[in-house]
Amino acid sequence: MSGATIRQATGPAYSRILGIGGVRGENVVTNDDVAGPIDSSDEWIRQRTGIVTRRRAGAQTTVLDLSEAAARKALDAAGLSGDDIDAVIVSTVTYFHQTPAAAAVLADRLGATPAAAFDVSAACAGYTYGIAQADALVRSGTARHVLVVGAEKMSDFIDPTDRSISFLLGDGAGAAIVGPSDTPGIGPTVWGSDGGKAQAIRQTHAWSDLREDPELGWPTLRQDGQTVFKWASFQMAPIAAKAMAEAGVSPGDIGAFVPHQANMRIIDQMIKQLALPDSVAVARDIAETGNTSAASIPLATERLLAEGQVGSGDLALQIGFGAGLVYAAQVIVLP
Amino acid sequence: MAYTDQEVLAGLAEIVSEETGLPTDAVLLEKSFTDDLDIDSLSMMTIVTHAEDKFGVRIPDEDVKNLTTVGDAVTYITGAQA
Ligand SMILES: CC(C)(COP(=O)(O)OP(=O)(O)OC[C@H]1O[C@@H](n2cnc3c(N)ncnc32)[C@H](O)[C@@H]1OP(=O)(O)O)[C@@H](O)C(=O)NCCC(=O)NCCS
Repeated sequence: MSGATIRQATGPAYSRILGIGGVRGENVVTNDDVAGPIDSSDEWIRQRTGIVTRRRAGAQTTVLDLSEAAARKALDAAGLSGDDIDAVIVSTVTYFHQTPAAAAVLADRLGATPAAAFDVSAACAGYTYGIAQADALVRSGTARHVLVVGAEKMSDFIDPTDRSISFLLGDGAGAAIVGPSDTPGIGPTVWGSDGGKAQAIRQTHAWSDLREDPELGWPTLRQDGQTVFKWASFQMAPIAAKAMAEAGVSPGDIGAFVPHQANMRIIDQMIKQLALPDSVAVARDIAETGNTSAASIPLATERLLAEGQVGSGDLALQIGFGAGLVYAAQVIVLP
Repeated sequence: MAYTDQEVLAGLAEIVSEETGLPTDAVLLEKSFTDDLDIDSLSMMTIVTHAEDKFGVRIPDEDVKNLTTVGDAVTYITGAQA
């Protein structure tokens, strides 16, 4: 046994989000555009989901392209450049390479090398999982500026004839830069998983099944919509409430509520459960963008800021939840 | 203490009324949730969740689709009470 003691890293007392940026898929896809193969209608989709259009990327656009565009906007907003970043986290479930990670390639594209780089697989909770990581990395002194990207090209995993989830989904990326702060900027993360409900949102089959039986074709997504609705509406509201309690704030202190953009009816039910006052600006980007999984929270946040519904320094309660099932919530100070 | 059929119906009527805006006396045993009360599957999940809380029972998601009428729900809930 060595007699030497090692030094452990320590970091700044506080972290915060320094800048946010996002991009949506370039194509506007209407409800009428997706209704045919599922024998649905604009009216039905609006009534059940609040979605009016979803944004989807063109065939040539990749998850990396979306990530890079969002990251550059976040860097600009933070007044930083690639070489200021020393860790890159990409949260995605739609990147086509098992390895190497999207984050390493993205770091190189941004001139952020030799930043530490890794991907996170937490579906629609990917962004809030990423913020939890970034906050911990900064405050532990492991990294100074962390780039967190939630990026998805969901349209690569949809089946136009599927009634359960495909018509909800859109493409986009949102990014945030997390760095040191003189004042508290990211509240405690309340997070968890429930793998007992792994089948509630799923891939039709594993890639290995496709190797056994090529006839199966490309895997796509499915969900048990009512199970997910009930879980999200009623079990996620207490998680969001706990994030407020742990941050030491009450609903009246919150400037914006930014839940994952899954379904407008889930959002409305959560507001009711949380008893949020009318003064809280609620993210409703789903109407235009659809469900973009890990990208939805930063995209919706950027919109609220751009529209002036909230301002820098206001508090936002954000909660991601989705396939796993997994979830993470935290209160943040808006950049 | 177990709830009687009458108590479950009255409690359910309040929950349905809160969710839909219908008067409680429109919530009768023979009414179909979908066809008569115009309740869609997402509203139905909301009603079921509130009923679970109110009556202290579990109604698994896969059983919800069998609850066609208000009477079906009342029977299910009274039967599910331990
Ligand atoms: C997906 C979702 C819109 C489906 O709605 P639903 O009301 O649960 O759908 P159901 O399967 O109960 O079907 C209800 C009726 O609508 C019909 N229907 C189902 N999907 C339809 C569609 N896409 N278009 C038109 N009609 C549809 C069904 O055939 C059924 O008709 P019937 O009663 O005559 O048989 C809804 O469950 C949902 O959005 N859940 C939230 C899940 C979510 O947001 N997940 C995101 C993951 S993070």
